[in-house]
Amino acid sequence: MATIVLDETGVPRRQGSAWQAQMGPRTERIVLGTAFIVAVLVAWQVVTALGIEPPIILPSPSDVVGAFRELFSSSDIWADFAASGEELLYGFALAAAVGIAAGLLIGWYPRLGYFFDPFINLLYAIPRVALGPLLVVWLGIGLSSKVALVFLIAVFPVLVNTSSGIRSLDPHLLRVARCFGASDLKIFRTIALPGSVPFILGGLRLAVGQSLIGVFVAELLGAQFGIGAMVENAGEQFQTDTVFAGLLIFAVAGLLLTAIVRWLERRFDAWRV
Amino acid sequence: MAIARVSTLPETPVEAGLGGTSSYLYASKVSVAYAGRDADIVTAIDRIDLSIDRGEFVCLLGPSGCGKTTFLNVVAGFLPVSSGVLTLKGKAIDRPGPDRAMVFQQPGLLPWRDVLHNVTFGLEMSGRMRRREAIVRAGELLELVGLAEFARSFPHQLSGGMQQRVNLARALAVRPELLLLDEPFASVDAQTRESLQAELLAICKAPEVTALFVTHDIGEAVFLADRICILTSRPGRIVREVRVRLPKPRDEVRLKPEFLAYVQEVSGVLRSAAATAGKSENREEKRHGDDRP
Repeated sequence: MATIVLDETGVPRRQGSAWQAQMGPRTERIVLGTAFIVAVLVAWQVVTALGIEPPIILPSPSDVVGAFRELFSSSDIWADFAASGEELLYGFALAAAVGIAAGLLIGWYPRLGYFFDPFINLLYAIPRVALGPLLVVWLGIGLSSKVALVFLIAVFPVLVNTSSGIRSLDPHLLRVARCFGASDLKIFRTIALPGSVPFILGGLRLAVGQSLIGVFVAELLGAQFGIGAMVENAGEQFQTDTVFAGLLIFAVAGLLLTAIVRWLERRFDAWRV
Repeated sequence: MAIARVSTLPETPVEAGLGGTSSYLYASKVSVAYAGRDADIVTAIDRIDLSIDRGEFVCLLGPSGCGKTTFLNVVAGFLPVSSGVLTLKGKAIDRPGPDRAMVFQQPGLLPWRDVLHNVTFGLEMSGRMRRREAIVRAGELLELVGLAEFARSFPHQLSGGMQQRVNLARALAVRPELLLLDEPFASVDAQTRESLQAELLAICKAPEVTALFVTHDIGEAVFLADRICILTSRPGRIVREVRVRLPKPRDEVRLKPEFLAYVQEVSGVLRSAAATAGKSENREEKRHGDDRP
């Protein structure tokens, strides 16, 4: 007896096997996504177990676990976390603050847009990691040059997204507001700001990933502590398993931070459906 | 309506010279022209004379492009008058004011606010009421338009007709003296439109509410109006005024012979106006409203 399963939109779902039918689309997604990661890990372990390449070139997953254990047995790792965290936090916070404020202004006042847009587009077009050496010359290899690099890399997605959010406000809503005699300030507060929140959050989400690149590159250019510096050192000493561990730390940090912004986006986007 | 003013502010010179400004809204030879694409001057409306008493419901009826919306925008204070005199309660209109509220064809609701807070929006913008009072007032209006139970819903959860009710409630919340409506029911389905029209009529029977309603729908105009001003296009001029003497409420009126007689009269005027306009301008693209009957 064939039963037709309807999904949320009322469209008959393709018939799968019994166990597929029992899972919701969400569990199905999680199971499949995890399955691939597990498969890659297993293949990786098998390849290394065959001994095709020495561990110094390709360490096995269990070597990487060992490297993690070693890393977290010394207190240096916390100094690395602190250093990278500080660079990330300051750089990102500065980028968010400046990017949102400047984006709002540039989007709201067309003349400011005419004035700054070409310059911003020019800067946006430069691969900004290339500014690293310049920043080291100007600010030294301390915290400030690193924060500056993270800031420069992360500020543009926030700024450009925010200003385009303001510019794409529904003109009809603005007309309605003017009709009720609204002042510019009120329109800004009640329409422009909430209307551009989804754009701002989208910019922040991009900026998170970019900030991590900034942290890594900044530490490559010379640093005592930091996850990036740790990876760089390990690479120089052919501790390949530790390099892998560092990469994984970056990946997890990126995932976590993006998840936070995504969560915020969902909260503020409920009305978008 | 005599207006006793205590104000010592100098009045505009215009009204001093006008004897006939006892009307609530008074337009004399109002023209609006703007520069077209090739630096030629396009006259959107041409020497419109109109006077509306307080409490009247007046429909501006005409084909698309006849300048009826332009006239509404001038009354709203969005557009300046090119020449002529336009006064509201004896004062020249030069900007939007809290005494007028506009209802557009698109609902224009804020998607991130629930229905209740969309209705308070106008009150917040005009800044004339405390937050708490505004919420109470909005609740009353949702009751009036029959959406009380949807106060916490978001616009995307409502049908087009319900959204338009919220739009109307938002405009009414500021207690406007003059309600300006620009084809507000043009994009809802026919049944909903008829019930919205009846509701609007019920709301506007309050003697202090004056309404200026723009439409190209003859049936709608006859159903709603105390008086219909028929416009021709290019440039927009009032060719005829028809006073509709049908008793209110008009819920059952649509099939009565008096109603149909008005519809016929008005559509006749529109047709002959379109014909003469077409002849005088030598254009083939003459259009007249979608004469339904």
